[in-house]
Amino acid sequence: MVDSFAVLIIVSTIASGIRLATPFLLASLGEALGQRSGVLNLGVDGVMLIGAFGAYYTVLQTNNPYLGLLVGIGVGVIMGVFYGFITLYLQAEQGVSGIGIYLFGLGMSDLLFQKFVGTPRPILPFMPLHFPVLSDLPVVGEMLFQHSIIVYIAFGLVPVMGFILKHTTYGLNIRAIGENPEAADSLGVSVTATRYSAIIIGNSLAGLAGAALAIELGIFQQNLTNAMGFIAIALVYFGAWSPKGVMIGSLVFGLVQAIVLQCKTFGVIPRSASDLAAMAPAIITILALVVVAKRFKQPSALTKPYVRGS
Amino acid sequence: MLQMRGITKRFPGVLASDNVNFDVRAGEVHTLLGENGAGKSTLMKILYGLYQQDEGEILLHGEPVRLNSPADAISHGVGMIHQHFMLVPTLTVAENVALGLQSGRAPFSDLKNVSKRITELSRSFGLHVFPDEYVWQLSVGERQRVEIIKALYRDASILILDEPTAVLTPSEVDDIFVIFKRLAADGRGLVFISHKLKEVLELSDRITVLRHGRVTGDTTPAQSDRHDLARLMVGREVKLAPDAHAVQPGEPLLVIENLFVDGDRGKHAVQGLSLEVRSGEILGIAGISGNGQRELAEAIAGLRPSQSGKITLAGHDTTRCKPRQIREKGLSYVPEERMKDGAVGEFDIKENIILLNHDKEPFCSKGFLQFGTIAEHSRKLVKAYAVKTPSIDTTTKNLSGGNIQKVIMARELSAGPKVLLASQPTRGVDIGAAEYIHERIARQREKGTASIVISEDLDEVMALSDRIAVMFDGRIMGIIPRKEATRESIGLLMTGEQQHGAKQRA
Repeated sequence: MVDSFAVLIIVSTIASGIRLATPFLLASLGEALGQRSGVLNLGVDGVMLIGAFGAYYTVLQTNNPYLGLLVGIGVGVIMGVFYGFITLYLQAEQGVSGIGIYLFGLGMSDLLFQKFVGTPRPILPFMPLHFPVLSDLPVVGEMLFQHSIIVYIAFGLVPVMGFILKHTTYGLNIRAIGENPEAADSLGVSVTATRYSAIIIGNSLAGLAGAALAIELGIFQQNLTNAMGFIAIALVYFGAWSPKGVMIGSLVFGLVQAIVLQCKTFGVIPRSASDLAAMAPAIITILALVVVAKRFKQPSALTKPYVRGS
Repeated sequence: MLQMRGITKRFPGVLASDNVNFDVRAGEVHTLLGENGAGKSTLMKILYGLYQQDEGEILLHGEPVRLNSPADAISHGVGMIHQHFMLVPTLTVAENVALGLQSGRAPFSDLKNVSKRITELSRSFGLHVFPDEYVWQLSVGERQRVEIIKALYRDASILILDEPTAVLTPSEVDDIFVIFKRLAADGRGLVFISHKLKEVLELSDRITVLRHGRVTGDTTPAQSDRHDLARLMVGREVKLAPDAHAVQPGEPLLVIENLFVDGDRGKHAVQGLSLEVRSGEILGIAGISGNGQRELAEAIAGLRPSQSGKITLAGHDTTRCKPRQIREKGLSYVPEERMKDGAVGEFDIKENIILLNHDKEPFCSKGFLQFGTIAEHSRKLVKAYAVKTPSIDTTTKNLSGGNIQKVIMARELSAGPKVLLASQPTRGVDIGAAEYIHERIARQREKGTASIVISEDLDEVMALSDRIAVMFDGRIMGIIPRKEATRESIGLLMTGEQQHGAKQRA
């Protein structure tokens, strides 16, 4: 009996780890795409926050979580258009303008929340999907096949993005522009258009990540993301700019979080130390970054605006 | 097949191209010769769609065309081999070639067919390019051939070759010339941009010389020699080699024994190198860059630690000394990267001129800069070294490369060095200024200075040096007295082949 109880705990920890990894995965996939094209976006967290509010408010009004996801994407697209305009046309410094986007998102999402909602009201969360046979499998069923749709979207995007980068003309353009935009320009590939598209896709994934978070939690509050967007940026370095690496990083991060939560629930860590324990994921990420990320080279043109002939 | 008529291009304050006529026929190599800033690149950037002309017209195959972007130029059959290769090192050869092409299987890339075509092209022109290799694995010469393949793949009938030999060894130059001639024989028109007179005479069918944006001469190799071309380029008689006042070398002032220096990536960049330079002589160090020259220079100047071995400068062991101490022992250093290590671009000329002595009398008294003395000293040097500048208060980075180098030379030589170390002293410097700089270095012989000139430019090394050392893979492959040196013997050593009979003289 003890054994089956232990199995139960492990299974539920892994399942919740996968669920917790999802917003990180979406956001860092988007950031990875942008960075491969040579654009750093430090504003992920801000975009996630506005996306989260947009989705929350939509679901509050319509009771339709799927519409919420679409609104999250839409918010991301708008923010992407905005960020692209700042960095590509106005050639603003990417580090600073990203921080600007973050602060804008942090303030704007809270302002909208206070104005239109005020007191937090819960919304309808996702229903877990049910697959015939698969979901009913012992152990594996609960671990992998009882999640909500957004989890499958996020993990499904990993091979899709890998394929696009490796096997399509668009992916080739992105990889080339992130390394040597001059070369791409000299062959008639538009650096601005390609980067713009990568920024918009990246931001829409950040918006989607925020939406997924709000709907999963069924709530919105000020600074809901609590710097998850910054962790997502760190995970891009951890994952060496590859979709697969980013996925592994997100999973590690989600699992550590799930374990910490589980430990809290069972009183393994005293309540007084729980704040310290909450730091564990961040510390582990930093350590992993120091060890892993140094071995990979970032895209050569990252953060460098492209001006023809300069 | 190409005609450019009356091309005029103005930039703020400069007439970069002034009513230039230029044409290329199928099957020929037509050279554009000129100094930096003469308007060669502007003209070719117009042809490649990177700039648009203000006046004049371009006719391709008899049709007037408007080229608004490189994509336009490519679609009209114009290809360009850029001086700084337009390649993505992290991609394979095939991916680099496929970049920007309409894929046959859009939106998916079609690397299999691209690879096949690359192999065919490579075979028919003898390029030895393999589609699946990553560009970062390739040598400079191989990368250049990838660039050629890129242009051929796009059916370029006109190929612009922008200083294609600048980064190649003499033997690679011979190989690439064979390929260029093959391409011309195939009916393509080649535009060869260069300022190396010897190569121009060897490769060209016709030569157009530009100066200050204007055509100053149309000629052929049969009708002219190096001196004629240099005169057309510079606008006056030019001495291609400084007068040699051979001086009997005196005592050794710089002695390097069995020196090991690490490169940036950890492994030894200089491996057991020994040499000796005597008072009144110039030792030239030839070699392809990246064979330890930079590390050697930095080790001598104290900017990079030596792992083992000994450097003796004017009788003092300076192996472990700080840069400042080494300079006080009598070293003057003209670094390779003049804007990074040689001068502060944001400073004005007088500040750069006193940079080494700004804390010493008479330029500084009790911690205060003495502007009167500084200005007087600077004015004197600017005049003595013929620096072309509106005033000594001009911001240094606004000067041309040649004039910045003259400012650095003025500062370094006015210190009265016992040892002069000059790295790539005339890289990116126009012929007129280069002539002057060479003259100055040559004159240090009479002052008893021991000089080292590190250069990739073989002509420069051969013109200046009393003895020529060739560096390869962190070692000296051989030291040859100038009188016995030929381009061939040095070229062979540059590729790492030990020459028979070349004595390893320390």
